[in-house]
This record gives sequence, structure tokens and C-alpha cells, in this order.
Amino acid sequence: MTQSRIAQKLFRLITDNAVPIIFIIISAVAIPLSGFSATYLVQELLTRIGRNSFLILSLLIPIMAGMGLNFGMVLGAMAGQIGLIFISDWAIVGIHGIVLAMIIGTPISVALGLLCGNVLNRAKGQEMVTSYILGFFINGIYQLVVLYLMGGIIPITDPILVLSRGYGIRNSINLLGVRTVLDRLFPVRIDSFTLGAFHVENISIPVATYLVIAAFCFFIIWFRRTKLGQDMRALGQDMAIADSAGIPVNRTRVIAIVISTVLACYGQIIYLQNMGTLSTYSSHDQVGMFSIAALLVGGASVSRAGIGNVFLGVILFHLMFIVAPAAGKELIGEAQIGEFFRVFVSYGIIALSLVLHAWKRHNERIRARRALRIPAAGAAASKEGTQ
Amino acid sequence: MLNKLVDAVGWARIIIALFLFSLFVTAPFVGVSVSTSLSNTLERFGMNGVLVLAMVPMVQSGCGLNFGLPLGLIAGLLGATISIELSAYITSVAAVVGLGNAASFFIFITAICIAVPIAAVLGYFYGHLLNRVKGDEMMIATYVGFSSVSFMCIAWLLLPYRNPTMIWGYGGSGLRTTISVSGFWHRVLSGLWTVKIGNFTIPTGMFLFLGVMCFLVWLFMRTKTGTALTAAGSNREFARASGIDVDRVRIISVVLSTILGAIGILVYIQSFGFIQLYMGPFYMALPAVASILLGGASVNKASIWNVVVGTFLFQGILSMTPSVINSILQTDMSEVIRIIVSNGMILYALTRKVKVKR
Repeated sequence: MTQSRIAQKLFRLITDNAVPIIFIIISAVAIPLSGFSATYLVQELLTRIGRNSFLILSLLIPIMAGMGLNFGMVLGAMAGQIGLIFISDWAIVGIHGIVLAMIIGTPISVALGLLCGNVLNRAKGQEMVTSYILGFFINGIYQLVVLYLMGGIIPITDPILVLSRGYGIRNSINLLGVRTVLDRLFPVRIDSFTLGAFHVENISIPVATYLVIAAFCFFIIWFRRTKLGQDMRALGQDMAIADSAGIPVNRTRVIAIVISTVLACYGQIIYLQNMGTLSTYSSHDQVGMFSIAALLVGGASVSRAGIGNVFLGVILFHLMFIVAPAAGKELIGEAQIGEFFRVFVSYGIIALSLVLHAWKRHNERIRARRALRIPAAGAAASKEGTQ
Repeated sequence: MLNKLVDAVGWARIIIALFLFSLFVTAPFVGVSVSTSLSNTLERFGMNGVLVLAMVPMVQSGCGLNFGLPLGLIAGLLGATISIELSAYITSVAAVVGLGNAASFFIFITAICIAVPIAAVLGYFYGHLLNRVKGDEMMIATYVGFSSVSFMCIAWLLLPYRNPTMIWGYGGSGLRTTISVSGFWHRVLSGLWTVKIGNFTIPTGMFLFLGVMCFLVWLFMRTKTGTALTAAGSNREFARASGIDVDRVRIISVVLSTILGAIGILVYIQSFGFIQLYMGPFYMALPAVASILLGGASVNKASIWNVVVGTFLFQGILSMTPSVINSILQTDMSEVIRIIVSNGMILYALTRKVKVKR
């Protein structure tokens, strides 16, 4: 009896954490195959944690409010990119440029967040697919603005940014002026570090970026305890009950999305200052997918995600990201295969966690229905017995 | 009267139809030939029709919009590539039988014969998966589509194809990203029995094929299984109470959708002339979804009529905007307009559904 219960518990533990476990196994196989040095891997990971964490953290608040994964975060990313296009045009460099880009991006992302929140309120229960399509829709409008209006109706003076036909922004923008300015604000280097067989040297740490990320984490912890945060959690538990408890459902949901969109805007700016180049028409696309995949890899589900999931996810997902092409090359002789493999894994992992979550909910619903049924059947049986 | 009409047809559709109509009206004034654009529209209508038709069974059975269409497309692409791989044999067999002239037709039939069973098997498993996630079908379908496409990216590189027209020249292995079907079955349907009136062409063969497909689906929807399927989509609990095996009819609908997707992409390829592998089928579900919604379908109700109207409107806009808008504005905005119209339409349907429910 106890043994089966332990087995059951173990089974539950594995199914609850299936996605991180799969990832740990993949990484464990792929790291030795890739042949990368510890120094390289640690440096890459530290950079990527700084680059991506903020974006992934922006997903947490809508999950808390029971709205699922906010595929609409690409809206915020687009707002951030518009900010970056303007500061590149005005040639504002350094940390001032980053701050100004955020200031420009804020009203745009608030407006987009309001739009997104209101659209999602009209599609309750289908938030994820709706926000996903909304991302495509706004992408169309973004292209209309950036490809046709900028340089024409919206003045862009720097000819380097504008396509040769006289209007529209070029495919890729070099962000030389703001490149890694936040990462290098307080430069810290580790010359050498040894722990047993593990040895790294010459590692640089983007301290300022980490401080910003830490501040964001504290904001989320604090926010959960505020009245608004509690309302959102109540919404996430049960929308109908929250409504009858007097929580303004629609308004709270819109606020959750607005906060997420604005933070995604800042996240995208942090991400791009680290990358150093802005792919005008594709940066935001990939960001949505990779952030969501990373969060899910960290063991989050559609209805439950914490700060721990973000960091575990970013480490595991990007570890796979770094080693997969090299491992693929080693294993099959073609780097292209590793490249495709990591794309497949990113999509596959989102599919898998969505399926696992929906399946669990489906089973719970069946169990709940059965729980209602059994006492009734039992009562009927006992009645028969007495007759 | 007018209000009734607007309610029945829907604002979005009226606006799009008026837009398309105004495009046709302005066309001659900006030097665009109406007859050429109209034949373009008809050709695109024929090549996309079956893909849009693939939405109908799943919508009707309550599985929602089939964003997982790429799964069916993959079956079709497998059929297409294998048929080209086998083309030499098929041609020689056809010559022996004495039908050497119709060899391309036989290769095309082979492609369909290979694609359909693969689609059926994939659809069966896909259907089982969707039965376990009722209520979240659309989101999961999207990602099933994406992950199957990216999985096949690996497979296209590794599968042992040998035909030199398909594999990369230098490596000697791995399929190319685009493979021409000219010389195999290019325009095998769309070039069949065409009627020409000046610049205006009607691809009769392709229309007949689409017509037969639509008729078969229409017929299926009127069989006992088809009725059960519609009932399951209209009200799952009610259907269950009246003795319908909801899970079974849902699987049937998914299999049917996947098969139609496979046939649809073959029809598309024979007209387009190229097989697009790797990321080619990635976003192909969206135009099909947008088309059927444009035709008046909702997330849980769709008919053949919706397919015909929607495909015509959507493809009409797609083929008219580049020529007309370009002549007016001197820029190519068609891509952006396509993105905004198709996704706007899907958004409209997703947000409207809830309003009706209440």
C-alpha cells in the first residue's frame, strides 16, 4: 500500500516536471558531444540569462491572472523596437539612449496593451490563441508603419536607416551607439575560478542588467501582495467567483496585460542592446516564441509559473540552444540538423506542455464529474439492498 | 430589411466584399486588365479551394479551426516527393500499358494515393490527441502543426531520396527547399480542359476536381456519420446523451480534415509548379482559416458555401491588391494588406464567437 503510494507520488513528480526532466536529459547527452569548454558555456549562459530573463519575467503576471501564456508580448516587443529605431535616428548613445527608448516605448506599449486586454476580454477561454493571432495582426500594422510610413509621413532623417527608395526602414539596424551599454555599466570580470574539476577563466558578468532583473523580481514578489495582485490571483483561481466577490474582472485583466506589455517592451530593449543589431521585421517574432518556450522548459504551466521557473527555464533552454548545433554536427555530421533540431524542440516543448496541461485539466474535470456520480450510485445501491 | 441583410451577412464580410468590388471597378482606370485579374483570381480560387475545404469537418465536429493543417500538408508533401522519386517507374509502366501520354496524370494520382493513407494515419493520432485536450484544441493544433513542420525539416534532410531533380547538387543528399514539378505533373489539373475567352481563362479541370471534392464532403455531411459529427459539434453533451460516440466522430472529422489538407496541397502544388519543403508549410494554415471565416463560418459552424464565398473573396483580394494598389500608390503593399486582412478576420471570428454564446 505504502509502496504503491510512493510509486504514485514519484509518478506524479515525474509527470508534473516532465518537461524540465526531458531537457536535463537532452543537455546531459548533448554537452559532452558538443565539445564546448566550461568557460565558453558559462560565459554564454551568463550573457543569455541577462539578455532573456526580463522578457520571460514579463509573462508571469498574465499567468497569475489566469490568462495563460501572453503571446501578445510581441506587441510590447514591437513598441520597444520603435523606441530603438527613433533613438538610432536621433543618434542618442549610451545609457541615455536606452532610457529614452524605454520612454518612447512606454506610451506605445500601454496603448497596445489596452487594445490587447480589451480584445482578450471578448474572447475569454480562448486568450492564448487570440493573443497569438493578435500578435500577427499588430505585426501587419507594425510593418505598415515601419515599412511605409517611416521616412515618409513619420520623419526619419538618418539615411543609413532608410531604404534606398526613400521611405521604410532597412531590414537590419546596427545599434552601435547603445550596444551592451547596460551590460557594461558596472563591468565585473572573474579572472579565474575553480571548483573541483570545474574550471573557468576570464568571465565577464553584466552586473547592471542583473540588477535590473533582480529589481523586477522584487517588483513581482511585492506586486503579488498588493490588493491588485491578490485580485489577479483570485481571478486566476476562478473568474466567476472573483466576479461575485466584487473584483472588477475585465478591468483587472486589462491591467495585467498592460503591465505585461510594457515590461515586454523594456525586456525587448534590454535584449536588443545586448544583441547589438535589430532585425526590424523579425526580432519580435522569435522573441515571443523563445520566451514562452523557455518559461515552459522551466517547468511552468499555462496556469502556474513562478520566478524559479523563469531562471531554470532560461538556463536549460539556452544550454540546449548553445549545444544543439555542435552536438548535431558531431552526431550526424551536419550542423544544419542541430539547427533544425532546436527549432523543433522549441515548438515541440510548447506543444507538449500545452497538451500535458490541457490533458491534466481534462482528467480533473472527468474525476470531478465521477466524484459527483459515485455517492449517488452508492446511495442507490444501498437503497436496493434494504429493499 | 437592410438591417436583416447586414446581420445575415456580417459587417466584416460586407466591407471586404465592397473593397474587392471597388478594386475591380478601379482596375481598368489604373491600367490593370480586369479579365486577366479575374482569371488570376479564378486560378487561385481553384488552387486553394481544397485547402479551405479541409477546415469544414473539424469546425463542424467542434474541434475548432484547424490550425494544425500543416500536418495534412506534410502528408501531401511526402506524397508529392515520393511520386517524383517513383516517376521513372510510373512513366515506363504507363508506356507499357499504352497510356504514355497520360504519364503525368498517373504520377499525380500516385502522389494522392501515397498522401491519403499517410494523412489518415497522422490524422488518427492527431484526433486522439485533440480528444484529450477538449477546449484547448486550437492552441494545441497550432503548435502540433509547427512542431511537425520543424520535425520534418530534419526528416527532409535525412530521408533517402535519390532523384537528382530533388536533392541538393553538391552534397548528394537532402532535399532542396523548392522542387519544381514541371516535367512531372505541373498544371495537370489546372491545364485540363481550360476554356479561353480572350485574356480570360477558366481552369475547368481544376474546378471540376474542386467541385467533386466539395460534393463528396457535402454528401458525407448528410450521411449518418456526418449528421452525428455535426451534432457533436453543436452540442457535445446533448450528442453524448443521444448515444453518439463523440470521441469517435471527432477522430473521423480530424482524419477527414487531414486527408483534405494533403489533397489540397497537391492541388496547390500542381498549379503553383513548385513543392516548397522545410519551412514552406509553416504558415499555410492561416490563409485557409482566414478564408473560411471570411466566407461566413464561425468557430463552430461551417458549410461548403462558406468555403466557396470565402476562398473567392480572400483570393480575390490577394490577386487584386498587388496590381491595383501598386498602380495607385506605386508601392507593393499587398503583403502587409494580406497580413492585416487575414489575421483581422481570424480575430473578428474569435472575439465574435463568445458574444454569440452569451
